[in-house]
Amino acid sequence: MSQAMKNLVSPYGDTLNDGKVQLSFTLPVPNDERGMEAAKVLAKQMGLREPLVTAHITLDKEFTFYIVYGSVSYQVNLDDIQVEVVQNEVMTMDETDDFIRSRIGRKVVVIGASTGTDAHTVGIDAIMNMKGYAGHYGLERYEMIEAHNLGSQVTNQEFIEAAIELKADVLLVSQTVTQKDVHVTNMTELVELLEAANLRHQVLLVAGGARISNELAKEIGFDAGFGPGRYADDVATYVVNELVDREMI
Amino acid sequence: MTKLNLDQHQIQEARSLAAAIADDTQRFVDAHTTVTVERTICRLFGIDGVNEDEVPLPNVLIDHLVEKNALAGGISYYLANAMLVSGQTPQELAEAVSRGETDLTTFPAQPQAEVEELLNQMAQEAAATIRANRKIRTDRLAQYGDKTGPLLYVIVATGNIYEDITQAKAAARQGADVIAVIRTTGQSLLDYVPYGATTEGFGGTMATQENFRLMRAALDEVGDELGRYIRLCNYCSGLCMPEIAAMGALERLDVMLNDALYGILFRDINMKRTIVDQYFSRMINGYAGVIINTGEDNYLTTADAYEEAHTVLASQFINEQFALKAGLPEEQMGLGHAFEMDPDMPNAFLFEIAQAQMAREIFPKAPLKYMPPTKFKTGDIFRAQVQDALFNIITVLTHQRIHLLGMLTEAIHTPFMSDRAISLDNASYIARTMRDLGDEITFKDGGLVQARAQHVLSDALGILSEIAGIGLFETLEQGKFAGIKRSPQRGKGLDGVVQKDHTYLNPFIEIFMEGERA
Repeated sequence: MSQAMKNLVSPYGDTLNDGKVQLSFTLPVPNDERGMEAAKVLAKQMGLREPLVTAHITLDKEFTFYIVYGSVSYQVNLDDIQVEVVQNEVMTMDETDDFIRSRIGRKVVVIGASTGTDAHTVGIDAIMNMKGYAGHYGLERYEMIEAHNLGSQVTNQEFIEAAIELKADVLLVSQTVTQKDVHVTNMTELVELLEAANLRHQVLLVAGGARISNELAKEIGFDAGFGPGRYADDVATYVVNELVDREMI
Repeated sequence: MTKLNLDQHQIQEARSLAAAIADDTQRFVDAHTTVTVERTICRLFGIDGVNEDEVPLPNVLIDHLVEKNALAGGISYYLANAMLVSGQTPQELAEAVSRGETDLTTFPAQPQAEVEELLNQMAQEAAATIRANRKIRTDRLAQYGDKTGPLLYVIVATGNIYEDITQAKAAARQGADVIAVIRTTGQSLLDYVPYGATTEGFGGTMATQENFRLMRAALDEVGDELGRYIRLCNYCSGLCMPEIAAMGALERLDVMLNDALYGILFRDINMKRTIVDQYFSRMINGYAGVIINTGEDNYLTTADAYEEAHTVLASQFINEQFALKAGLPEEQMGLGHAFEMDPDMPNAFLFEIAQAQMAREIFPKAPLKYMPPTKFKTGDIFRAQVQDALFNIITVLTHQRIHLLGMLTEAIHTPFMSDRAISLDNASYIARTMRDLGDEITFKDGGLVQARAQHVLSDALGILSEIAGIGLFETLEQGKFAGIKRSPQRGKGLDGVVQKDHTYLNPFIEIFMEGERA
């Protein structure tokens, strides 16, 4: 295949394929000529052509912050890219409610929590609270969804107990703190506990959070994962379709 | 100095309603003690260290009393009585109890007057240590002069106290005035305070007395280098509120997050437990000259900042009264609020000005704590930088004091050293170039800003009357704050609450409430 046939892309500054990128980083060095050169060398090692250090700012005696512009030497062939996206066609709240009425015929029970030691409720609230987030109503507002937001720092054990008690169809797990991969450990434990309780295949298990991807969630044993920029309607569309597809109704 | 033309009668009425709410709750507080209040007394008497199972000795002692069903009388009596009989120090007694050699409840009762005299003497000694720390702060502030205008507050959160120190010193050199060491996630739910220097934490670093000491020394060192006093902040919240207050008083922390409502709503801590804990912790903070920070800003991370603005003001009124009850003066009340309105809402900036200026005028002496935008930060660092700049402008314009800096990488990671520097630069630039802008500005009579502030005040008055009618506990049960419902019979830590019996003693209450402070 000739070069021209390939679907190649490179970053766009102000001219097609100029490859322009901006980056910034700190080096643990004093702010002097040698530090600047080190920043430039590093940029070259990252594959940048003609790196330009546009700012070098002292953070402390032994720490300097650099802003660097340059052109990457690489191109990406779009035809080689394969991504798994949870779904493309997002239904509105009313469409989802109608879908549930006609295809499921009863309310779908969704429980959500920020589990483990994670104290952040921003994510789960954005998906579940009545008001929702950024103009996307939360699941509590859906007529055909019975939504239970259990809040933060819910242990996996408590979460499973709530799932049984409330006869949940869908379990939403929000993870915000991801330092030292604490979220992976916690999510893995939930999957193991659900399997041990023989419940894993009776529920849809969905993760969400700023550092969560669909790929990561599936690798851990969840059914799906929703990262940044996904809202209640994305989640609702996915779960109701999946419940029907899997005949979990 | 009023620019908002707020209805002064409404302010007075709101204040007296809040006082009534606090009075009502205080009756419960006065009748109860908790395991952590009693452990705090142990710590103030110098009991420290852990046993071979890593259990802190204050926990060993209080668990021992619980086991003997003697907590209702308080640890003070049993310790002093045992000291009179055995001649041992509190630390020696704690170690003996830990080894299973001593039962504090079986010593023959000594004359009550002798017990009380010993207790008073020991409490006076602890109080003198706290006053000495207070004096070091006052002296250093006098030596270097205290900054006017906003105190730039940044967090460090590496999990490793030694790494935190590297970051904190760098931040101080970049212009930070207050360094807060974020606690590791989950510490608020531990019913003990870990021991020693720690290097492992998630999203933050353990609050331990040794970590406090290490950071204090580091900030004094960099402060001397810079000719400034760098304030240290930690978190007096969760299940060990008063213990952390005591540790902070002993290690000269300057600022403490300290809010029962926050723990109830956001950590599901039992309301009875934490309201009792809060009282003693605020008393200690008041005596130690520590500025408390309250957590109203957090309501707005779940509830809508525009629609629920009045709950923030109502909570500030209540927090003010609870603080006064614990002897904490207005000058130490860092009442909280936040810049969290939706950037897509037209005039959101004006409404934020109204809210901030309103807090300034209603609580004129309070070193208000103003929290940055977080909820509508998405990972777009370029927009985040603008959001923070707008927030920084309001801080200067309305004379907020504790200025918690926003980070352009909010919602991405715990701040890099460079994130903090960029943020400090942004805030310093605005504080410098707009320094006196607030004094040049008046707001149009009946305009958007004045009308908004008056509206929020009226709504706050409305909710305060409702709360005064049903009491604070019932209010929380109905979910009036942050849209979160909590029951007095549920939540963490309820089993650590006991009703005091008629013999109960806590020698610190009188000293902290009435004693000399300077």
